[in-house]
Amino acid sequence: MNQALQDLGEYIAGRLSEEIDGQEVAYDELMIAARPDGLIKTMRFLRDDSQCLFKCLVDICGVDYPDRERRFEVVYNLVSVAHNQRIRVKVPVGENEAVPSVTQVFPSADWYERETWDLYGVYFSNHPDLRRILTDYGFEGHPLRKDFPLTGHVEVRYDDEQQRVVYEPVHLTQEFRTFDFLSPWEGMTRQLPGDEKAEEAES
Amino acid sequence: MPAETQIKNLTVNFGPQHPAAHGVLRMVMEMDGEVVERLDPHIGLLHRGTEKLIEYKSYLQSIPYFDRLDYVSPMSLEHAFVLAAEKLLGIQPPPRGQYVRTLFAEITRLTNHMFNVPALALDIGAMTPLLWACEQREIVMEFYERVCGARLHAAYFRVGGVHQDLPAGLAEDIMLWAEKLPAFIDDIETLLSENRIFKQRTVNIGSVSAEDALAWGFSGPMLRASGVPWDLRKAQPYDAYADMDFDIPIGKHGDVYSRYMVRIAEMRQSLRIVKQAIENMPDGPVMTEDGKVAPPKRSEMKSSMEALIHHFKLYTEGFHVPAGETYTAVEAPKGEFAVYLVSDGTNRPYRCKIRAPGFAHLQAMNFMCKGHMLADSVSVLGSIDPVFGEIDR
Repeated sequence: MNQALQDLGEYIAGRLSEEIDGQEVAYDELMIAARPDGLIKTMRFLRDDSQCLFKCLVDICGVDYPDRERRFEVVYNLVSVAHNQRIRVKVPVGENEAVPSVTQVFPSADWYERETWDLYGVYFSNHPDLRRILTDYGFEGHPLRKDFPLTGHVEVRYDDEQQRVVYEPVHLTQEFRTFDFLSPWEGMTRQLPGDEKAEEAES
Repeated sequence: MPAETQIKNLTVNFGPQHPAAHGVLRMVMEMDGEVVERLDPHIGLLHRGTEKLIEYKSYLQSIPYFDRLDYVSPMSLEHAFVLAAEKLLGIQPPPRGQYVRTLFAEITRLTNHMFNVPALALDIGAMTPLLWACEQREIVMEFYERVCGARLHAAYFRVGGVHQDLPAGLAEDIMLWAEKLPAFIDDIETLLSENRIFKQRTVNIGSVSAEDALAWGFSGPMLRASGVPWDLRKAQPYDAYADMDFDIPIGKHGDVYSRYMVRIAEMRQSLRIVKQAIENMPDGPVMTEDGKVAPPKRSEMKSSMEALIHHFKLYTEGFHVPAGETYTAVEAPKGEFAVYLVSDGTNRPYRCKIRAPGFAHLQAMNFMCKGHMLADSVSVLGSIDPVFGEIDR
């Protein structure tokens, strides 16, 4: 399985050297780093090439890395039923950049791109109908960004006098608390501040 | 005098509160007479921000959120998350743990289909099957309760195995029930399969070809009804599925009736797996012995300092998952349910995207219903088995 994936990755990288930045196999899964401008061509190739035949786009999602220069990553997951393989295509995108919509290649991309737009604010150019999908009508902000607070900004309640649901700024009876239990316990490699001396003493 | 009448297209709001909407779904339908011209499902009315919440929870605390996604088949969803975390951790549950998980994943599939098939029948006018099925479901809920203490929100599958072993006598009771269940499935079939009204409402309704089904991202019974023999339990087996002997039923026409038939046939196959899982269940622990992931035994904690520390750290800090990312999918009753898990090496998921099968199926509603009657959209909706817990997340 792993060898076949490795070969497939090298084959794709060879055929699409202009469009993609690299490929990698990790945890028995093949990942391809694509560029926004070559995305449509990459997707077409992955769908139609007889070695690939990734005809089914199962998922698109965003990931937010605020520290990176291009903050978001759009992740496409594809399945090839004919070859029983999976592939993951990742596209980095900045806050004011757009990704070409792949709805013309895969009709199923429609809602997934709307969801990514809704939750992360990644803009998809040429999308036929880029509306919000999961959040409320008239919602503001993109809730899955790392800088969006967990409690949100507004809350709703039914107002008896106005006889309708009203929106108000969120009111917390207790300040929002998040507990950081991180400790230098087993499994963690990152050094915690103040812990440098212990490392030195060991060596 | 020539009667010239202007016919205006009518826009119908279906839901958000409608008994045939299977939850809170609002569909804006543009009608030409009684024919659907365009259909726009508005989802998100049950959006609870599960993915955001999981980013603030440890891996153990994340598991209960999965029960609340697809509340008709809770354990199958835990399965995906647990497998994803195990993949990143590089651990495998012991054989008995794998078998117990397979057993309960199949029982969950049975309950799901036992609920969906009669719900479809109810949507198009048959009341009896649902009443019968609820009686059977109650028995399954009792199995859930006996194994983990909760009837619906199980939180039974854990990273590294399952929370506790089967209590004494449960395996025998499940076996007895599995012997009796085919009679129930036969009863349902007697009522529906050759029923004239049922067939008129389902045959050739919402047909999808194999090509279109793939292009629209279908999976599970929806894809198999269109004639694609694709089942992750066979194609990319996880846990104990590689040892099981079962067939994959497929349909020919991809219409509502095929989907119903595939689900009925799948129930019989699931029963085969349930029986095999119980018969071949190996002995041994059900949870990995790795003390960094699995909690220690109560008795050990009374005498061992190390066990006590592990217990304390596991239930406050939780275990750390090495940095990496994985897209791990399971064959949930509704289709491919997957978790895209990104870990940054801490005790909390950095990103946990939940891929719900119903989301992909529901977006094809417009494609499937165009040109059908208003009443047919109800049977198409019933056949895609939507549960808004997982679609809206």
